[in-house]
Amino acid sequence: MGLGLRLGLGLCLGLWLWASAGWVFAQSSTEDITQYRDMLSDSNPAELYIAAGEDKWNTPAGPKKTNLKYCDLGLGAGKLEGAAAQLPRYFKDTDRVQDLESRLMTCLSQLQGISEQSIIDAPFGEGPKKDLNEIVAYVVSRSKGAIIKVSTQHPKEQAIYALGKKAFYTQAGPYDFSCASCHSQDAKRIRLQELPNLTSPAGAAQAWGSWPAYRVSNGEFWTMQHRLNDCLRQQRWPYPVYGSDLTIALSMFMAVNANEGLYQAPGLKR
Amino acid sequence: MRIRAQENKGRVDVKILIRHDMESGLRKTENGNLVPAWYIHTLKVEAQGTEVFNAQFGPAVSRDPFVNFRYQGAKGDKLIVTWMDTQNDSRRDEVIVS
Amino acid sequence: MDHQRREVMRFASVFGLMASVGLIAPAKAEAWSRAAFAEKSLDAVFRVLGASGAETSSALTFTAPEIAENGAVVPVVVSSSSSAEQIAILVEKNPNPLAAQFFFTARTESFVAARIKMAETSRVYALVKAGGIWTMAVKEIKVTLGGCGG
Ligand code: HEC
Repeated sequence: MGLGLRLGLGLCLGLWLWASAGWVFAQSSTEDITQYRDMLSDSNPAELYIAAGEDKWNTPAGPKKTNLKYCDLGLGAGKLEGAAAQLPRYFKDTDRVQDLESRLMTCLSQLQGISEQSIIDAPFGEGPKKDLNEIVAYVVSRSKGAIIKVSTQHPKEQAIYALGKKAFYTQAGPYDFSCASCHSQDAKRIRLQELPNLTSPAGAAQAWGSWPAYRVSNGEFWTMQHRLNDCLRQQRWPYPVYGSDLTIALSMFMAVNANEGLYQAPGLKR
Repeated sequence: MRIRAQENKGRVDVKILIRHDMESGLRKTENGNLVPAWYIHTLKVEAQGTEVFNAQFGPAVSRDPFVNFRYQGAKGDKLIVTWMDTQNDSRRDEVIVS
Repeated sequence: MDHQRREVMRFASVFGLMASVGLIAPAKAEAWSRAAFAEKSLDAVFRVLGASGAETSSALTFTAPEIAENGAVVPVVVSSSSSAEQIAILVEKNPNPLAAQFFFTARTESFVAARIKMAETSRVYALVKAGGIWTMAVKEIKVTLGGCGG
């Protein structure tokens, strides 16, 4: 079966997002959509999450009643400027490569005594994951305008990049989809939706550099872990464990492809 | 609430973002139940004790509402922004014009 | 131009002064017009606002995107070169057409930007009341994904 046909089938078989959408146009008018996005770009509601996250960063919390000022995101304890633009990276204390969210879980558990499992188990946008969302928003806002610079020096960084690349191209599941089925060509779209080419430096930078993001469709702030979770759902793969190596590997693959691009998160998405 | 108020040549530009679900009363949950209406209906802004802006919303104002308006004022003006919603929740914030 | 601006500024400071010493009452706080928001047809909202005879006017500028990628958030900007007392935004095909209305004082510019929900592609009306007279502008906004779900 050709890819086109398989994609088509996948859509007909009820990727609910599109099936229920009530699309008006066969083709988009990219210019008009640009006008729409420009009008929204001022005052991104993500600012509300940034402000809440800044409070959370500075306010003692958790069983240990401490704040997060000593959290080390790779540039040293409490150093936030540009830190998110260099993640994922290898951390000596945990002896693993971590993305922003898994690293923040380490900080929340080590500094505040909050159990990592309680964060992993929470549904997206609820309970401790809601708190984490806000902290993520604050941390990434301190990298806005930085250049994406993700290292592949450490052997573990190389290994997880290789794993991410493999995962990105692996076809599996009921429709035999991989990330590459949707995300490895330029100017590909499903109806109005543009699908970024995550294998090209420009496409990867545009996508990686604009997440996490506020999504106007549901008025929610989504982290990259949440984005990946939803793409895996669209791919009809099993849901990954929050902060697991598979998710970090996929992020590592995209982030390294995005190297030298501009970090503009938090973004604003449809 | 996030309030930005900046003066330029006698004109103060005010941008307000509010975190609120603005439930229209028409939205259904996954199991088909209607989520009751719950939205901000009034937003007021006073500058130095005088009302300069009054907005009334219905359920069709977007979630996490945003408004932008301008008034003749000065740096250092104290703005008081107040909103009220349909469940009688309200909130009041102050900001100094920069 | 410069002269005009100075006039405006002088007016603003005099107004502020008068208000602060209690010579003029602060703008009357408008109570929420539950009835106007509950109306289900465009005509009825026009009637409740007293805007039934509104005509289009070149004094009024209404900016909105041709296409909204998502009806849950549609940015709109309304401004007028005459001094507005009230601005209203109506979406013809929403279950309740009146989305929002704004009241201004002599110190407020005739300008407002906001974000509204649209259930489907529809004509959107911007109404401006200045000197007791309503004028309007209409624009069709196409919605690719309805905002009914909120
Ligand atoms: C069935 C097609 C499909 C598959 C398979 C898929 N995605 Fe997506 N992906 C999408 C769509 C559609 C969007 C845009 C969603 C939107 O705009 O709401 C998207 C968006 C994204 C974005 C955000 C891009 C941006 O600029 O906002 C990233 C990152 C991403 N996908 C990564 C992945 C990864 C990694 C995989 C593999 C695990 C994957 N996707 C698999 C359809 C897919």
